[in-house]
Amino acid sequence: MSTLNQLRASAYRIRRHAVRMGAVQGQGYIGQALGYADVLAVAYCHALNLRPSDPEWDGRDRFLLSHGHYAIAFYAALIEAGFIDEEELFTYGGDDSRLPMSGMATYTPGMEISGGSLGLGLPIAIGIALGLRHQHNPAIVYNSMSDGELNEGSTWEAAMIASHYQLSNLICLVDINNMQADGPSSKVMAFEPLADKWAAFGWHVQRVDGNDLAAVLNAFDTARQLLDPKPRVILFDTLMGKGVPFLEARDKNHFIRVEPQEWAQAISALDQAKPEGA
Amino acid sequence: MTQPKPRLTTSAMIASIASEGQRTQAAPFGKALVAYAADHPEIVGLTADLAKYTDLHLFAQAYPNRFYQMGIAEQVLMASAGGMAKVGLTPFATTYAVFGTRRAYDFVHQVIAEEHLNVKICCALPGLTTGYGPSHQATDDLAMMRAIPGMTIVDPCDALEISQAVPQIAAHNGPVYMRLLRGNVPLLLDEYDYQFELGKAKLLCDGNEVLVISSGLMTMRALEVAQKLRSDRISVAVLHVPTLKPLDEAAILREAGKGGRLVVVSENHSVIGGLGEAVASLLLQQGVVPTRFKLLALPDAFLDAGALPTLHDRYGISTEKFAQSVKLWLKQ
Repeated sequence: MSTLNQLRASAYRIRRHAVRMGAVQGQGYIGQALGYADVLAVAYCHALNLRPSDPEWDGRDRFLLSHGHYAIAFYAALIEAGFIDEEELFTYGGDDSRLPMSGMATYTPGMEISGGSLGLGLPIAIGIALGLRHQHNPAIVYNSMSDGELNEGSTWEAAMIASHYQLSNLICLVDINNMQADGPSSKVMAFEPLADKWAAFGWHVQRVDGNDLAAVLNAFDTARQLLDPKPRVILFDTLMGKGVPFLEARDKNHFIRVEPQEWAQAISALDQAKPEGA
Repeated sequence: MTQPKPRLTTSAMIASIASEGQRTQAAPFGKALVAYAADHPEIVGLTADLAKYTDLHLFAQAYPNRFYQMGIAEQVLMASAGGMAKVGLTPFATTYAVFGTRRAYDFVHQVIAEEHLNVKICCALPGLTTGYGPSHQATDDLAMMRAIPGMTIVDPCDALEISQAVPQIAAHNGPVYMRLLRGNVPLLLDEYDYQFELGKAKLLCDGNEVLVISSGLMTMRALEVAQKLRSDRISVAVLHVPTLKPLDEAAILREAGKGGRLVVVSENHSVIGGLGEAVASLLLQQGVVPTRFKLLALPDAFLDAGALPTLHDRYGISTEKFAQSVKLWLKQ
């Protein structure tokens, strides 16, 4: 099976795990999880250098989940990558679970930071990237963030510092689903022309369709293999609810409405489009 | 003819709090950090465009490859120090106390403290040590830092204590907030055979009528008050509490429980949320209630700009006003 087909199967399973977790709680940021599953599949099943049995391994690439509310998607990726057993998804959001609704570093193996207070991830990534370089550790730092975090001043402080220090071991991933708490991100606080903004800050910029697996794969490989002494950013345009047609079509908002009976329907929809070999 | 009083000018950031003729030591923080870092390669230094004004420039000169300039970006300063700690380094992050606390609070709280990371936040201009007004006067830094779980807080008195505290906070496992005095820093505790111990309060002098419990530069003032009141035959004990968190509860209860003394808690900080309220809360909860208990601290207000001697008089923390207050309270 080709890499692409394997990743397609991984993305399918990440979506499925996430929907099953949503069903456990009857809620969750499932629109974001479905939209971002392809990016997470490439990150966790292709790009990142990790040892699932040793989450604290010094040589690991770091993946920082700045948008802590994407935890449901992230746990699904951790299950797919082998950090967490699939059975554990039934504890999602429960008391004393290792899988809280908003991601926290001290709860979950493989969770590098406590995100959720938006705009923290990239500033932390600066320190980790500088620290790894200081120690001659070749690991790569990935900061994953939402388009809403483009509103935060700390993001742009960090963007400036990253290019000042030529942090070529830093890759920033931005999920542009154009939706934040009060409405479309571009309406809440206009962010375009986004690629130009990052380029002006001294970053190597790619903008791709975040639901086109081949494009996502190519963007990760380009960012990892680049010799340019610049920090890299990949801007992913994604569709909330991707893979579940009735959620794709639903009126979009930050916390997408899912009726109790629809969780099972969402699983069926995913299974109907199950990729070959999954 | 009497000489006109010299016109006082606004106390800039580089103003020393040393009084005229007082012994001082230059840059105790920077020198101590350079010395400690020689055998500790895990120490790195970060600042937000204030290396010179926090004495971190000495570290930068000694170890240019271990120094990181973050620009005027205190949020990233704190978060990236956290990131460095996550890969096993021990970062010392310096700026002014107002910026390190008020500006960067969420970054200290969520990145550094929540994971109990090994970051040492060392901040200059604590309390009322500049005449630039509320933008630079950190009269609330201890209140904010005390509210953060797991944060160790140190408010040193003089150059000797800063020198002794640096290796101890570096060796301590976890986040530390230390107030810095920089430039020419008063030196006095050597006369008291003093040795800083993280988490310990020390009785510097004993007395029957008054017990002053103090931290930071107010301990220097308290010792001056004790000296001054000796001529009035008033004997003053001074318990120096350089570590505000965790508080040396045993030492405070022991001294405050001796009874019969006016207890004054003195600090270079607002009356809200600092040492005074910490001691008051401890004593009440433990049922140790002094007959007379007073707070000698900065008012709950935005303070004026101006010259430090004027301001310290105005807000009652100069040696003279401190002594006057004690005498007044003794008569009440």
